[in-house]
Amino acid sequence: MITELGHFALILAVLVAAVQMVVPALGAYQRDARLMSVAEPAALSQLTLLTFAFLALMHAYVTSDFSVANVATNSHSTKPLLYKISGVWGNHEGSMLLWVLILAIFGAAVALFGRNLPATLRANVLSVQASIAVAFGLFILLTSNPFVRLEPAPFDGRGLNPILQDPALSFHPPFLYMGYVGFSMAFSFAIAALIEGRTDAAWARWVRPWTLLAWMCLTIGIAMGSWWAYYELGWGGWWFWDPVENASFMPWLAGTALLHSALVMEKRDALKVWTVLLAILTFSMSLMGTFLVRSGVLSSVHAFAVDPQRGVFVLAIMVLFTGGGLALFAYRARELRQGGIFAPISREGALVLNNILLTTACATVLVGTLYPLALESLTGEKISVGAPYFNMTFGPLMLPLLLAMPFGPYLAWKRGDVYAAAQRLFVAALVAIAAIAVTFAVTKPGPWLAPFGIAIGVWVMAGAISELLFRAKAGNANLEEVLRRLRNLPRSVFGTALAHFGVGMMVIGIIATSAYQTERVLLMKVGDTVDVAGYALTFNGAKAGQGPNYKEQIGSFTVQRDGAPVTTLQPEKRLYDAPPQPTTEAGIYNAWTGDLYVVLGDEQTSGGWAVRAYFHPFVRFIWLGALVMFIAGAVSLSDRRLRVGAPQRARRSPAAVPAE
Amino acid sequence: MITPSITLRWLLVALVTFVAAAGTARAVQPDEILPDPAMEARAREISHGLRCLVCQNQSIDDSDAPLARDLRLLVRERLQAGDSNTQVRDFLVARYGEFVLLKPPVSWSTFILWGTPLLILLGAAAFVWRSIGSQARGTAQPRPAAELSPAERAAFDKLMAERDQPKS
Repeated sequence: MITELGHFALILAVLVAAVQMVVPALGAYQRDARLMSVAEPAALSQLTLLTFAFLALMHAYVTSDFSVANVATNSHSTKPLLYKISGVWGNHEGSMLLWVLILAIFGAAVALFGRNLPATLRANVLSVQASIAVAFGLFILLTSNPFVRLEPAPFDGRGLNPILQDPALSFHPPFLYMGYVGFSMAFSFAIAALIEGRTDAAWARWVRPWTLLAWMCLTIGIAMGSWWAYYELGWGGWWFWDPVENASFMPWLAGTALLHSALVMEKRDALKVWTVLLAILTFSMSLMGTFLVRSGVLSSVHAFAVDPQRGVFVLAIMVLFTGGGLALFAYRARELRQGGIFAPISREGALVLNNILLTTACATVLVGTLYPLALESLTGEKISVGAPYFNMTFGPLMLPLLLAMPFGPYLAWKRGDVYAAAQRLFVAALVAIAAIAVTFAVTKPGPWLAPFGIAIGVWVMAGAISELLFRAKAGNANLEEVLRRLRNLPRSVFGTALAHFGVGMMVIGIIATSAYQTERVLLMKVGDTVDVAGYALTFNGAKAGQGPNYKEQIGSFTVQRDGAPVTTLQPEKRLYDAPPQPTTEAGIYNAWTGDLYVVLGDEQTSGGWAVRAYFHPFVRFIWLGALVMFIAGAVSLSDRRLRVGAPQRARRSPAAVPAE
Repeated sequence: MITPSITLRWLLVALVTFVAAAGTARAVQPDEILPDPAMEARAREISHGLRCLVCQNQSIDDSDAPLARDLRLLVRERLQAGDSNTQVRDFLVARYGEFVLLKPPVSWSTFILWGTPLLILLGAAAFVWRSIGSQARGTAQPRPAAELSPAERAAFDKLMAERDQPKS
């Protein structure tokens, strides 16, 4: 019964969205306040209905109602509660429902907090948002309905893929979708601006917090996925340039560029046309990601041709919104052309460089991901584009970006002085050079180029700190005074410095773990000891065990360093009941300098076990860097200058504030 | 000006090489490893660039599939027979086609693939250069902004006043 009500609520939500798509836009066109005022109750009721639909599906999962086809295919009665809940979005249909729910949350946020927006802009934005909701709502109802019943109901479900039964992965999709869908806000604002034929600094000021929020969620979402791959897939890889990963990385790159160009637009009224275009492209990348992941086109062009219904539908949505957006842009962009003039060497110039490099990187990832598909469908020729291609093209694009990054915040708006900026970065440069020397000394003999990579990370981090200190005039004041000045700096300044600092951490993590990791693959018998990067690893044997929905074998390793005991690691090999699938759970010891990572392989017929042991130096900096970037976004969002969207928040309930 | 550009090239190579070295095997079994560490290292390097043909976008070095194991053994066999790295790759390409290479070679059919980053970068640079030029010549006259309506003006003033308030 609840399932049917959920189904009904979903249908109603699509109908409400259809009304919200048409009526407010008409009202904006006719300057009719009554028609425009439909948008707000429509957006709120859309949210209520979709929340209900989502909870109804969750109810079916939690109660293991296997008469619902989606639950029967993706859940199992013995699954722990957390994975029953996360199972709701661990499959195609449920994840699309989450997609439209998040879309509705963002729409409702505009309705609630956007009361000080110009009325027509707000009506148009909500109207565009609703058009996206209609498209994806129809997609769910027509091709991917999670509420379809089974007759007869099976005795038990088929279960969730065991490697997906993991805490980090439970929250990976919601964050990712918050990011994807969050960029729809930038899109809706861009389309509304094009319809109205004008944008101004207030527009950018509105778009930026939403873009920032989406970017934060996408950053942490991608990082969670990467972290999960690192500890779950069993060999410590954290990024594979897999098309599915690229699908989430492209909107991130475009969104990062958008974040920076919106800054120029807000502060200097320049780059308007480009910012609007970028807003359209960023959301297009989100749609592209949804298409790539949801259509089946990635596994093979042929798989797509066999069951094209969903793929063609998403493709149509993508073409409609991207094509429509770009057509409107081509038609109306002329109206927007204006803005501040700036010299090539200036803050604006630095942000333009950032945008060039990031969008080129995004285009490179796009071409690399789609090229094999395009070539095969055009000529039948099959090629592979894998990690080596992306590393060769992406790395060189990031290098100038990282080198230039500390300069940006030091350059003045309109006309900057590189020489003065370089002087102020002198200490940071010294620190980076020292990092080269230290790395050489510590790691020799080692790859002799990697210290330069480490130094780039240090350079970015030191540059970020030095900017804060410079702004607090740390050179010529006592500590108390400096702290007072630091406190008085705008939060967005902290946000920028912190985010750049996070990028530097990430670079160090990537370079260190790539260049200096140790690997041992060997056969170990009970009592054998192996040396891994200074740790002595002794194998104590393996025993069988039983988890809630899997059988396992648990290895035991004693770890010592310089004769002193450090820890005991217990890597596991699991075999899940439903579906029967083996997984590995690595044993990981985290030290300040890196991770000791042990994987139990197969028992050998000759006696003993295959064992893989790795040392990944500073690998956690990769995800810590992402976490710092996430926090930096939050700090920036809390800057009251960005709070234009919600000026009266204090009087409303302080909870449930999506923009914070 | 020679030194900086050389440094830059080193750094490029460094980033590329070391990022490329990321990701290691879970798949190599203890019994596959060659006795000669130098030759084993070469085998690993080659394996990183070869696609496990039955997997989705995995190298044979990363894959658990039986075919990947066969290919890893084949690579090591060829190396022990005295082949160079290039000869091993050519041998596999002759057998399985260019599909087996994770880094597609530059050819007419991959021209767009390899050219895109450079073309976009150059295009963007040219565009920026041109707009800076027209800015400098003063040909890009900014249009006057659309007038604000009184209500918008009031709202705007309110926002600005709010922003300019000293922080508490």
